[in-house]
Amino acid sequence: MKQCLVVDDSSVIRKVARRILEDLQFQITEAEDGQQALDACRKAMPDAILLDWNMPVMDGLEFLTSLRREPGGEKPIVVFCTTENDVAHIARAIRAGANEYIMKPFDREIVEAKFQEVGLI
Amino acid sequence: MTPTEYDFLKRFLKERSGLMLSDDKQYLVESRLVPVARKNGIDTLSGLVQAMQRGGNAVLSNAVVEAMTTNESFFFRDKTPFEHFNNIMLPAMLEKRASSRSVKIWCAAASTGQEPYSIGICLKEAAHKVAGWRFRILGTDLSSEVLEKAKAGIYSQFEVQRGLPIQMLLKYFAQQGDLWQINPDLRAMIEWRKLNLLENFSHLGEFDIVFCRNVLIYFDQQTKIDILQRIAKMMPEDGFLVLGAAETVVGLTDAFQPVPGQRGLYQLKQAASATAAPRLAMASSFGLK
Repeated sequence: MKQCLVVDDSSVIRKVARRILEDLQFQITEAEDGQQALDACRKAMPDAILLDWNMPVMDGLEFLTSLRREPGGEKPIVVFCTTENDVAHIARAIRAGANEYIMKPFDREIVEAKFQEVGLI
Repeated sequence: MTPTEYDFLKRFLKERSGLMLSDDKQYLVESRLVPVARKNGIDTLSGLVQAMQRGGNAVLSNAVVEAMTTNESFFFRDKTPFEHFNNIMLPAMLEKRASSRSVKIWCAAASTGQEPYSIGICLKEAAHKVAGWRFRILGTDLSSEVLEKAKAGIYSQFEVQRGLPIQMLLKYFAQQGDLWQINPDLRAMIEWRKLNLLENFSHLGEFDIVFCRNVLIYFDQQTKIDILQRIAKMMPEDGFLVLGAAETVVGLTDAFQPVPGQRGLYQLKQAASATAAPRLAMASSFGLK
C-alpha cells in the first residue's frame, strides 16, 4: 500500500482528502503545517504528498524547498492542492519541485486524474 | 440549492435519462443548469428545481435532461487514443505522406473541443517532427452551442484539471480570471463545423484519421453500421479510425479491422477497400443500399 501524507491546516480538507485517497488505496498520514510535514518525512518518506500552500508555521512552498534538500527528499511525488490558482504561483511550485498541481476547489475526479497523471495510480 | 432539491434533481435525471449523479457533482449541476435557468427567466437553481416540481413544463424538463446528459469531455480523455496517435498514427502518416506532407484529421463528435485540442497539443509537442507539414483538423458536432464553446476554447478550472498535465496547462493556455483559454495558435489549427452524423457527410472530403469516439453508443445498430460504412468511404486505404473505449466495429461492419493489440484503433480491411464492388456487396448484405 502506498503512503500519502496530507498536509493542510484545515481539518475539513484533510478529512475530505483522506476519504478520497483511502478509496484510491493509499495509507494516509496527516500534517497541519509544513514543519509537521517535514518532521514526518524525516521519520519516513511517503510515496506521495498532497500539499496545501498557505499554512501557519511553515507554508507549502517552504516545506517543498526544504524537502527536496533532504536525503531521499527527491523521492516523494508532490501534488500541490491550493486556492493559489494563478500562473505565477503554479510556475513557482513547479520550479520548486512540485510534480502536479490541483487548484481548489477539487473533487474526487480531479484528485484521481492528477494522481494518475504522475503515475501514482 | 438545498440537499432536498439536489435529491429531486438526482431522482429526476435517473428516471428520465438513466444518468447517475453522485453527491459531489454540485459544481457540474451548477455549470450546466445555471444557463438553462437563465434562458428560462429563472434566477437561481432553487427556482429552477421549484419550477420543475410544479410540473407541466415539458420544455424546461427536456432542457434540463439535455444539459445534464451532454457527453462530458476531458482533455486527453482515456489517454490511450492519444498514445496511439503519437506512437502509431503519426509515425505512419509521417512515413506514408512524405510526398504530400499533408494529413487530414476529423473529430466527428468534437463536443466542446477537448479532443481536437488534445490532438493539436500532440502535434505541438511533436513540432520538431512535423515542421513543414500541413495538418488539417476538422471538429464537427451536432450542437452549435457546444461548437461555440469549442471555438472560443475557454474552459473552467474544473475542465482543465481533468486529464491535462499542469505543465501543458501553463504551456498552451492563458488564464483569464477563473477561466483558461487555449492559445491562439492552437485555436487556429482547428476548423469547426456543425454536422449531424445521420446526414450525408461525404462533402467533407477525405480524412487520413477519423476520431469517432463515444457517439455511436447513442445510435441503434442499423445507424451505427450506416455511419461506419460512410466513414469508411471517406478514408484512404492506410487511414485510421479511432472509436471510444466501450465501442467496437465487431459485429457491425467488415469495412474495418482492429489493429492487433491496440484497443479502439481500426484500419480499413484491404480487401474491402481495394475495389468498390466488394464494398457494395457488403453494404447490401447489411440491407443498406
